[in-house]
Amino acid sequence: MKIVALCGLLGYGYDQQSLKNAFLEKVDYLGVDAGSTDPGPYYLGSGKSFTNRTAVKRDLMLALPLAIENKTPFIIGTAGGAGSKEHVLWLKEIICEIAEELSLHFSLGTIYSDVSKEYVLEKLNGDKVKNMSNYFTLDSSAINQSEKIVSQIGVAPIIKLLEKKVDVIVCGRACDTAIYAAPLVMNGYDEGLAFHMAKIMECGAMCSEPVAAADVMQAYVYDGYFELKPANPIRKCTVERVAAHTLYEQSNPYLIYEPDGVINLYDCIFTQIDERTVRVSGSKFTPATEKTLKLEGVKKSGYRTISPAVINDSLTIEKLPEIINTVNEFVRKNKSADIKDDDFVINYKTAGGKESSLSVIIDVVGKTQEIADAVCALARSRMLHCDYLGRKSSAGNLAFPFSPSDIHVGEVYEFSVFHLVKVDDLCETSKWTVEEV
Amino acid sequence: MDGGRSIIMKKLIDYTKILRSKNAGPLFITFDLMFDSREKMDYVMNNLKPCMIAKAYDVLESDISIIKYEVVNSIKITFPRKNVSGSFLDDDIYGCQQHVPLSNIEV
Repeated sequence: MKIVALCGLLGYGYDQQSLKNAFLEKVDYLGVDAGSTDPGPYYLGSGKSFTNRTAVKRDLMLALPLAIENKTPFIIGTAGGAGSKEHVLWLKEIICEIAEELSLHFSLGTIYSDVSKEYVLEKLNGDKVKNMSNYFTLDSSAINQSEKIVSQIGVAPIIKLLEKKVDVIVCGRACDTAIYAAPLVMNGYDEGLAFHMAKIMECGAMCSEPVAAADVMQAYVYDGYFELKPANPIRKCTVERVAAHTLYEQSNPYLIYEPDGVINLYDCIFTQIDERTVRVSGSKFTPATEKTLKLEGVKKSGYRTISPAVINDSLTIEKLPEIINTVNEFVRKNKSADIKDDDFVINYKTAGGKESSLSVIIDVVGKTQEIADAVCALARSRMLHCDYLGRKSSAGNLAFPFSPSDIHVGEVYEFSVFHLVKVDDLCETSKWTVEEV
Repeated sequence: MDGGRSIIMKKLIDYTKILRSKNAGPLFITFDLMFDSREKMDYVMNNLKPCMIAKAYDVLESDISIIKYEVVNSIKITFPRKNVSGSFLDDDIYGCQQHVPLSNIEV
């Protein structure tokens, strides 16, 4: 079976000739990951896409017609960067737009994996929540404050749609591996190999030389082993690259945890088959005795206004802690009476400064955008003109690179949930629809 | 002194060909140290102690995981992030510029 990964992240780009090369042979399944928690909590909270619409459309413009013409099922994981319902609808709209422009007709499946607060509260009360870290525990108030919570689905819901012969599947939040492992698990391939292959493929051509998340990767899966070969002839897979990729973004290179079980790579063997191809065997799978799904949730922590500036004067840099104290005290005493002390927080993010200029960002998060604006303006103006002992540069302490000096960043979110929940059914958080486009 | 020979201490960065940091999810930070020989990997594995990392990053020794990945002469170090990715005090959302204190550890 031949599986193709379009690239490491939908919207990152890929060489169009690479994809055409991949389709010179029969491609059984095409996949691409479209999201990650790496860009932080904002995208899940705001419902906005982390990936750029124009770039996503460009990436799909060639892939979609190739998949449809060749009757290759196309699986897209974690729509819109964060995979909430809004993100799935956003990506679905782009796909429908392309279908109309190119007169393509196919069946489109969507999987939503959002969960309600009630669902998580029930898990918490039923002692079915497991912490990922001892420093990040879950209580009912964190759940109640959450704006949005999604579950990372595994292969099970994707298999349901593949069995229905759906042509294009857009997933909400999904494990990166589920995209590529689902077709293999469905067809009875060894799960250790399926998940290990998927783990490497989800980053596109990252496992090749020269390295590129923005290019096409191919996996050929056989009984007992799989082989990886980049679709672009300028790249090659080497044992070192492929094996090293198992380290990437994982806390343990030998064990990969999935909703269905654990992939064990202790006895894994990597072999160079030809200049551009690596064979992998020996990856093992142990089914989980207790099935779990990972939940990701965010809460709103306020609205942000920032003011970036630079200090070049070494005496000002030396006196910065004193200046910051003065500014904070000033803000407290001079803010409008409507603004309470706990309506905002100020943080001074600094970089450099020991032997050169220091950059400082006055970072204010307030209960409302107006509060953040007002506090940032006060802090910025006071910091600009703050006096200190021995000051000679008395015209101002800060070099502002921009006018306006203060920038609205908008709503701010933080992770409130990042936990495992025990489940009876790996499809229990998924809802799917199928329609003809 | 070691058997009459003086030990030359070098920074970790000088033993490695790759030394990088990255999130392993928003709660953990992970470091990959890759070496061009098994000898260098073994030397670092034997001489790099959790207490050194704990001191460099102000984290608990008991929270630090160090795993040797011999397939590609590598060592992986993982511990919980001090500030969850994207939280108010976090300065590095992807965690990919957190490797410098580790680079400077001498062994």
